[in-house]
Amino acid sequence: MQPPILEARGLMKRYGKTQALAGLDLVVRPGRVVALLGPNGAGKTTFVRAVATLLRPDAGTLHVDGIDVLRKPARVRQVVGLAGQFAAVEEAMTGRENLEMVGRLFGLSRKAAKAAAVRVLAQMQLTADADRLVRTYSGGMRRRIDLGISLVGTPRLLLLDEPSAGLDPGSRIQLWDAIRRLVSTGTDILLTTQYLDEADRLASDIVIIDHGTVIAAGTPAELKTLAGDDMIEVHVRDADDLPAVSGVLAKLGHDPRVDVPTRRAYVAVDDGSSRLMDALRALDSHGITVEDVSMRRPTLDEVFLSLTGKPAETADSPEQPADA
Amino acid sequence: MTDIPFTAPSPTLPRAAVNTGAGLWVSSLTVAGRMLRKFARTPQLIAFTAIQSALFLLMFRFAFGGAIRTGGSLSYVNFLVPGFIATTVLWSGMGAATGVAEDVDHGFVDRLRSLPIPRAAVLIGRSLADTALLVWGLVIAVVFGFAVGFRLHGSVSGDLAAFGLCVVFGFAFEWIFIVIGLVSGNAQAAQQMGLVITPLVFLSSAYVPVASMPDGVRQFSQFQPVTSMVDAVRRLTTGPQGAALLPHSTGHYVGLSLVWAAAIFVVFGSLAVLRFARR
Repeated sequence: MQPPILEARGLMKRYGKTQALAGLDLVVRPGRVVALLGPNGAGKTTFVRAVATLLRPDAGTLHVDGIDVLRKPARVRQVVGLAGQFAAVEEAMTGRENLEMVGRLFGLSRKAAKAAAVRVLAQMQLTADADRLVRTYSGGMRRRIDLGISLVGTPRLLLLDEPSAGLDPGSRIQLWDAIRRLVSTGTDILLTTQYLDEADRLASDIVIIDHGTVIAAGTPAELKTLAGDDMIEVHVRDADDLPAVSGVLAKLGHDPRVDVPTRRAYVAVDDGSSRLMDALRALDSHGITVEDVSMRRPTLDEVFLSLTGKPAETADSPEQPADA
Repeated sequence: MTDIPFTAPSPTLPRAAVNTGAGLWVSSLTVAGRMLRKFARTPQLIAFTAIQSALFLLMFRFAFGGAIRTGGSLSYVNFLVPGFIATTVLWSGMGAATGVAEDVDHGFVDRLRSLPIPRAAVLIGRSLADTALLVWGLVIAVVFGFAVGFRLHGSVSGDLAAFGLCVVFGFAFEWIFIVIGLVSGNAQAAQQMGLVITPLVFLSSAYVPVASMPDGVRQFSQFQPVTSMVDAVRRLTTGPQGAALLPHSTGHYVGLSLVWAAAIFVVFGSLAVLRFARR
């Protein structure tokens, strides 16, 4: 069997008083797209920077494709590609020039670098804009050329640190498409994100980290069962009824939650169908008027909330990440 | 322990070839090439330096110059312009500090550091490109100098040596600015920190004779690197009138300025490399 594309054991990194990585363990097999999901300051960026040889962990071991990152950083740089939170491209050069420059730095001949640029431009659907200066590009195009730069060297492991942070929805979707096309060519990808929908759409595996350690991992479907098998959601007509509904739901599962603006209360339960019947009977006996009662699978948001005790950032409020 | 289960890989391309990465020479030149394109396509970077230095020259030549006595038969314009040209290299270096800080701040340096190239290439490429820019700045300064009435009185070889000395000195000083750029964190801070060179420029023999300065300041000015540089350039380009102001031999001033340049290069070059290698 091939070695894991990425293997971290007991990884530690401290900045002053902040323990950015607190014994992080993670093994990624080849052929997977893994999303590292966590709130700001969870240690996502620190981990990616450690894998990209940009910082040295205080303790623990780290291997990329079987190569020891701490002992042989120069060899690791030959097999990883990095696209960071900022579009690190030269604005005073064209998209093509940026790609050719990085191709040369990867050790390609002039001819091979030109060919690689043509390939990547097509892959990123930027061929039409190849010869414009990057300073005239839109935010989404910059991000795609940045992603493209990390592909010039055909990396075995591609590291994407918050690839869509700060992009408008349209650009995000274009970037996702570009990433999906990569996935279909078999590139192994580790991406970090604070957007659950991004992890859900792009990744085959999701690793949730908080305070520098892994708190849960699995496929999106597996993780969704962590918050309970099913969710019962009650939509009431009058928001004043919500405390009573919450009281009813508390008897069926644990830790019911209330969303006042949408007049909804919901709770995770184990035996969905029979609990649903119980819920209807109890609501009826309390004389509560409901708009709608439904049973559904938990969302990743709810998984995140139940694991970390705090909500994940929502996709509509992209903040500039200040991840340590 | 979190072990992500193995599933059959998606239709995989042939395993990607390992990129050996470019050698020191190719990668330094590639990094320098990027900088030179940036300069060429961002004319305001160059124009700003040129305008600033022209303003300085005009002020000293025509506003303050009448009040400054050179202490000998050397005319003020011939006293001033060698000092002006020599200190041009310091002003143009400030751009390097902000440029480096921007590259660090915007992740460009991280990108380069994640590539399979010798890390020194990032710094070497930068200093090569900035030195090329500096040569351009020097040519402009020389043209300005002639335009305000400066005339050479040294030998042709001496004049060329003076120009070469400015380039060498500028290259050495470049490393101070690279260090400032690396430690400052952002372009604005780099610009502020770059102002530390102001006293080195004005408390030197560049614009006024050191002998006119009060005790304390005079000693500082006499023995700091910029003065040694200015004196060497002045001695090489102003002939006997300049020599009358500078008691030692030409070799003394040139040697001293080269020693300073070497010391600055070694100290700040090492600091830059150490800072850059830290992770």
